[in-house]
Amino acid sequence: MSFTLSLFREYIANYLKTKLTYRADFWVEVLSDLLFSAVNLVFIFVVFIHTESLAGWTEAEVVFVYGYFMLAFGVFSTFFNLWNFSERYIVKGEMDRVLTRPAHSLVQIMLENVDPPSMVGGLVGLAIMGVSWSTLGLPFDWYDPLMLMVMVIGSVLIYGGLYTSLAAISFYSDAPTGIVPLMFNIQNYGRYPIQIFNKGIRFLLSWVLPFAFVGVYPASFFLDRHEDLTMSLLTPVVGVIVATIGLTIWNRGIRRYRGAGS
Amino acid sequence: MMLAYRVNYYSGIIIYAINIGAYYFLWKAIYGDADTLQGFTVAQITTYVAVSWMGRAFYFNNLDREISNDVRDGSLAVQMTRPYNYLIVKMMQGFGEGIFRFGLFMIPGMLVVSLLFPITFPSDPVRYVVFVVMLWFSFLINSQLNILTGLFAFFVENNEGMMRMKRVLVDLLSGVVLPIAFFPSWAKPVLDWLPFPAITYLPSSVFTGRLNGPEVWQALLVQVIWVAVLILPIMAMWRSARRRLFVQGG
Repeated sequence: MSFTLSLFREYIANYLKTKLTYRADFWVEVLSDLLFSAVNLVFIFVVFIHTESLAGWTEAEVVFVYGYFMLAFGVFSTFFNLWNFSERYIVKGEMDRVLTRPAHSLVQIMLENVDPPSMVGGLVGLAIMGVSWSTLGLPFDWYDPLMLMVMVIGSVLIYGGLYTSLAAISFYSDAPTGIVPLMFNIQNYGRYPIQIFNKGIRFLLSWVLPFAFVGVYPASFFLDRHEDLTMSLLTPVVGVIVATIGLTIWNRGIRRYRGAGS
Repeated sequence: MMLAYRVNYYSGIIIYAINIGAYYFLWKAIYGDADTLQGFTVAQITTYVAVSWMGRAFYFNNLDREISNDVRDGSLAVQMTRPYNYLIVKMMQGFGEGIFRFGLFMIPGMLVVSLLFPITFPSDPVRYVVFVVMLWFSFLINSQLNILTGLFAFFVENNEGMMRMKRVLVDLLSGVVLPIAFFPSWAKPVLDWLPFPAITYLPSSVFTGRLNGPEVWQALLVQVIWVAVLILPIMAMWRSARRRLFVQGG
């Protein structure tokens, strides 16, 4: 573990050295990330010009859930920047290099692609949660920050596990499957109150692709009015389960990996 | 080449159906007990969402990325020596791709989503013809904006962020995510002076029957005007870009 942490420090230092040469790029990436979230927030704001509530959820509550999503997603994309895994590591054969080194292959790949600009979006999400917190006049308990950390870790593990499994598909088949953009679009469902969906989609978002645990369920822990203690407390549990599945698929995939053949 | 990637179309249809589904449920919740909002009935908004996304399937292209790649790797220089207009060739490539997307993505996609969600199709055949013509203008305007964004690669080191921002902005301001009628009242007059609503909002309004009689032709005229107006900045940029071009190691 301390070995991994020391690697993390080295990689971050390296990242800063290379990226700060192109400072403008850093801010452009941050800006375009934020713009993406801004559009989603604009959608929420505009929608609430025309309605009082969304299946019983007020504007501030929906914004709070979105803030939580931004926070979890920011942390996730900082560490699991695996979007071009197949292209870079399998097709171009960089996986061979990774496998000759002592640290765990997934850790190395996560570190090589660590993406700190995404964290800015996470911090903005935290700020949005803070603002909605006071708008809603929610009580602040001593354990809330602690629970927030547990929830965010759980949510990040869910995303991490799911996208690790998807990246690991490249070990079995090198053809582009288009499944990642598919997931990316389904995950948007988790940002809205689960009550607006029909039974089938609710089941899907809770137990098959548990994206509701990266948004509405954990966030409802803090929204006393919508508290659903069982579901929100399941977040870290589901996180550990999904992450374990993801890691297992990854490790099995590694054993099947035969190199690009060049 | 296009047919080799048929899977892309299938997964594309599923992705668009997923997006349409998300907005369908959202809009249903937004309406709650209300019958109409901003003049849209629930049936109309569902149709609007579906046809807007499927229209996007047709007019969407990556010309911005292709052009900026050509600029950055220098292959543009080779293309410039050839006896054709580079931008028109790009546009036609995009159009060819668009026709494939129309036949393999938009039409089957529309059928799939009409099975899943309550969509009302217009009964007047003329409306379909006008809609297809308008969609073609949507393609032109969207491609023109893509060309403008792509050509920025001449002037800035990295236009990656700009391309991403453009994509998000076009989705919001063209009315794919949210019909312009729902925008706050201060924003509507501003949008009237921007080309974005001509990409999605106008054709989709025709398809859903929100625009009728002379309004239809007016909407088409607005699109024609935007196509004509957008030629100017493209020509200006293309000219100054050619003057700036020097190829490394060429």
